[in-house]
Amino acid sequence: MRSNGNRLDHQIISQIIEPGSRVLDLGCGNGDLLYLLVKEKGARVQGIEANDVAISDCVKKGLSVYHGDLESGLTEYPDQSFDYVILNQSMQEVKRVDWLIQEALRAGNRVIVGFPNFAYLQARIMLFLKGKAPITRSLPYRWDNTPNVRFLSIADFRDFCRGKDLIIQQEYFLGEKRQIHLWPNLFGLNAIFVVSKNRRKSKE
Amino acid sequence: MDTKQNLGIVETRYFTFANPPNELLLESERSLGPITLAYETYGKLNRGKTNAILVAHALSGDAHAAGFHEGEKTPGWWDSMIGPGKAFDTNRYFVISSNVVGGCKGSTGPSSLNPKTGKPYGLNFPVITIADMVKAQRHLVDSLGIEKLLSVAGGSMGGMQVLQWVASYGERLRSAIPIATALKHSPQQIAFDEVVRQSIMGDPAWRQGNYYEFGQPEKGLAVARMIGHITFMSDQSMEEKFSRKLKNGHYSFQFGADFEVEGYLRHRGDNFVRRFDANSYLYITKAMDYFDLSGGRLIPNGHTPQTRFLVISFKSDWLYPSYQSQDIVRELKGKHADATYCELPSTYGHDAFLLEVEEQTTLIRHFLDKTLNGYQVADGYEI
Repeated sequence: MRSNGNRLDHQIISQIIEPGSRVLDLGCGNGDLLYLLVKEKGARVQGIEANDVAISDCVKKGLSVYHGDLESGLTEYPDQSFDYVILNQSMQEVKRVDWLIQEALRAGNRVIVGFPNFAYLQARIMLFLKGKAPITRSLPYRWDNTPNVRFLSIADFRDFCRGKDLIIQQEYFLGEKRQIHLWPNLFGLNAIFVVSKNRRKSKE
Repeated sequence: MDTKQNLGIVETRYFTFANPPNELLLESERSLGPITLAYETYGKLNRGKTNAILVAHALSGDAHAAGFHEGEKTPGWWDSMIGPGKAFDTNRYFVISSNVVGGCKGSTGPSSLNPKTGKPYGLNFPVITIADMVKAQRHLVDSLGIEKLLSVAGGSMGGMQVLQWVASYGERLRSAIPIATALKHSPQQIAFDEVVRQSIMGDPAWRQGNYYEFGQPEKGLAVARMIGHITFMSDQSMEEKFSRKLKNGHYSFQFGADFEVEGYLRHRGDNFVRRFDANSYLYITKAMDYFDLSGGRLIPNGHTPQTRFLVISFKSDWLYPSYQSQDIVRELKGKHADATYCELPSTYGHDAFLLEVEEQTTLIRHFLDKTLNGYQVADGYEI
């Protein structure tokens, strides 16, 4: 598991969240991010996690979390139950991505998506020069043991949002230790997007 | 972490209320009184009376949840979970364990004397429901001067009482811990209960419930309990415990107990006859079958419960399968309740809520900490 504490992605997500927000973290793991949001933003948080050991870790932190998979966990919520639904490093492990994001935008007002960038420079080099499936800091798995089922780049996700008429409200690109501003699709290890529905249009 | 200790010697106490003409009005619209509830308490109630936890027992349980009775070698039924340093830490919390009305362990039930006739109630005892049990417990909690419980917890039928507390007196709970339970019995669960009841009522010694002068319908009650024990275990736990082991190493070619599993069930059945009233078994299984808080009855519409929830189920529990706990969770999500749900891995079947101590302890200890103290409990946690 990645090292915890001052994870850059957690810091960025914490900056995004407005104080006192209602937050659902899909695939909350051991609850580090939710705990940070409670401490820093006084957020009212709920997690969903498939691993029972991780649930124990969450409960040790005082967090509330549901044991279950991301997909079935979401459908049971009434519309607009949350200000934010977080899919940090979990979207790429889900098959029905489109459905999941639409569901997240039904249960929540905005969705925060964090994912590894498949078009990161090192990944391109591995594929192009070595002819091998990329292994990078954000994509650390070999092809035969990866939990990921979706492989996408920052450019792909922007296309996806455009195609689905989703509004990208904010975007952040992460290098190893700091944010990336220049050519993110080449130099970004990870990306974090804040997306929402195009409400004006969806009402028509 | 505190070291775990035993509570030592404890005593059952008795609380009597609903004296005529102020009898308790039951869900059946019949009334009952006076009512005595057997209960035990462990730990100390703090000055603000904010640390009280009510523990509710399962079908055949009693008020003796923890510690030892004078001269006895077996502790209470949830001693592994209640005591100094345990899940329900009596160094911090005041734990109340209450027997149910309808039972036979010191509380008013069908084997109690009917004050109007001077004889045991038998089948003249009114059919009671889980809501009636909880209503009686509320009187007990009132008598202890406790306005708000820190938590109410229990497994199986104890979990039904927890859910009923939420539905009836949610405003008096800061948290609720329903374990291995359901919003309602499925047809399969009702079916098992019906076989259990038929086994008792089919025994000629049952005598329409008027057996108290003659002795229990032992055969019927023993078979009823044997059925119960099968449903409390899992295929895997039975394989591990008994496999096809023979008591005497060879087949007898007669109908004695050849297999260890047969011997175990007979032993459990015979023991049960000595400690439990057959009519109470009828009444309590009926109460479980009538229980139904599905369809939005757990939490009234338009209410966001202030109660926190910890819902626990066990993977191998086929009597109260995890989907029934997930039904509870679905209700809670719909009402935006603050809730945690965990399906714990276990091979013990339904018995797991009595046996899976370590993981339940972790969840319950920290959940109660948070309920009482807020998030600062996590400060000492190493991230």
